Amino acid sequence: MKRIWKALCLCLLGAIAAPALAQAVKPAAVLERVKTSGVLRVGTKTDYRPFGFLDPAGKIVGLEPDMAANLAKRLNVKLELVPVQTSNRIEFLQQGRIDVMIATLGVNDARRKVVGYIEPFYYASGTSLLARKSAAFKRWEDLRGQPVCGVSGAYHNRPLAQKYGAKIVAFPSSVEAENALLTGSCVGYAEDSTLLGALLGSDDAKWAAFEAPLPVQDLLPWGIAVMPDELDSDWGDFLRQSVRDWHRSGFLIALEAQWKLPASDFLARQQAAAQAAQ
Amino acid sequence: MGGLNFSLLHDPFDAALFVQGMRYTLWLSAASIAGSLAVGALGAWLQFAGGRCTRRAVAAYIAVFRNTPPLVQLYFFYFALGPSLSALVHGAAHPQPLLGNVTWAIVSLTLYAGAFNIEIFRAGIEAVPAATREAAEALGLNPRQTFRHIILPLACRTSMAGLNNNLVNLIKTTTNAFAIAVPEVLYAASQIWSEHFNTLEMMLVLLAFYMLLVGLFSAAMQRAERRLAVPGWGQA
Repeated sequence: MKRIWKALCLCLLGAIAAPALAQAVKPAAVLERVKTSGVLRVGTKTDYRPFGFLDPAGKIVGLEPDMAANLAKRLNVKLELVPVQTSNRIEFLQQGRIDVMIATLGVNDARRKVVGYIEPFYYASGTSLLARKSAAFKRWEDLRGQPVCGVSGAYHNRPLAQKYGAKIVAFPSSVEAENALLTGSCVGYAEDSTLLGALLGSDDAKWAAFEAPLPVQDLLPWGIAVMPDELDSDWGDFLRQSVRDWHRSGFLIALEAQWKLPASDFLARQQAAAQAAQ
Repeated sequence: MGGLNFSLLHDPFDAALFVQGMRYTLWLSAASIAGSLAVGALGAWLQFAGGRCTRRAVAAYIAVFRNTPPLVQLYFFYFALGPSLSALVHGAAHPQPLLGNVTWAIVSLTLYAGAFNIEIFRAGIEAVPAATREAAEALGLNPRQTFRHIILPLACRTSMAGLNNNLVNLIKTTTNAFAIAVPEVLYAASQIWSEHFNTLEMMLVLLAFYMLLVGLFSAAMQRAERRLAVPGWGQA
């Protein structure tokens, strides 16, 4: 009995001390560690189609895993994808369990205090519109006076009504809104661009006649994240250079098309800026 | 404003949204009250004068609409029946709703309250003394004339109290239309509080609005009840 208690106490002590130790032994130079171990550990999502999700075989695939693979190729090391979730992704980074996080992390001030964002940013999400291809919308202004489905409480409902005169028809949840769009009660469905992109990329036959034709509004950029102290190291430099290359070469634009996301203005502008800076 | 944010008062967008909401609530109420009264009168007439099959059909209609929740009926009409009908008419490839959400809400509320109105009118009809009917018959009125000129006017008067209850309930049930995105007052209020986080204030406004609307309506109904009262018949 005494021995069991002792073992338990030791375990407890270990559990308390482990994070502190992990912090202490975390190598300052991530790039060095990656090169010597020959493995790059990237935290990605597994529940955010098509940015990071599981294929039928259980492999992590998507736009962000493809970015991670490109990083590994540049470093000439093996890639290890570590599944992270919205609720634990920053802790994975802080505990040194991943070298870099590419996990749909939107940029905001609260997060800037705990992670280092690699700039330029690699993607951006905002408000988009799902509509029948036959409706042939060209500009947001085309929605004036037209019924547009949405979800009650979404922050973009009011600007769409005020700026473009759309008649917002807001349902309690996205299921009813999608249903109303499919049955023709609205000309379009206003939602977050990545969610609509996921619907369109899902190969679901019922969305085959739909598209997201309008430029995305109110962009929130997404950034690759590292520990703040790595931001100014050679690791940060390597990542910044990689993202710049991606923008310049059109790598991200190609990935976007490959994963059947609607072409975003953000990437087009970043490419133009990167090419101009050259 | 003592910490309370009545955004209606200083935000013209919110004010316009809420005024539109009031207009929709009034329209839904007026249209479904009129519709349900017509359904009630028709149903009561069919039950009174129809054959066995007609009476059974009316009884089945009452059973269906009285035994199921009004929100479920509304969803059924808007999300199940509507698309099926439009697929029949326009073909499944080009969905184009036959009726808008406001019309479906009115249809659904009318049929829901109509079922209750039939029962209320039936009770009124049964309260007309048999002697009165026989007297009408003796005067040579046919069944239709008896119903139209003798029974219905008397039945209406005895039905007033029950009718008032049901119609007040109907006005309050119009908030269900929120679920199919009809921009009535509850919809407008929820749009406003999801943006300004002033749920308490908007709830107070909503409660005050319904207190006033239903209060005015029942006052009018009571006045009508008093004016229509047959002297010496009942307490009204």
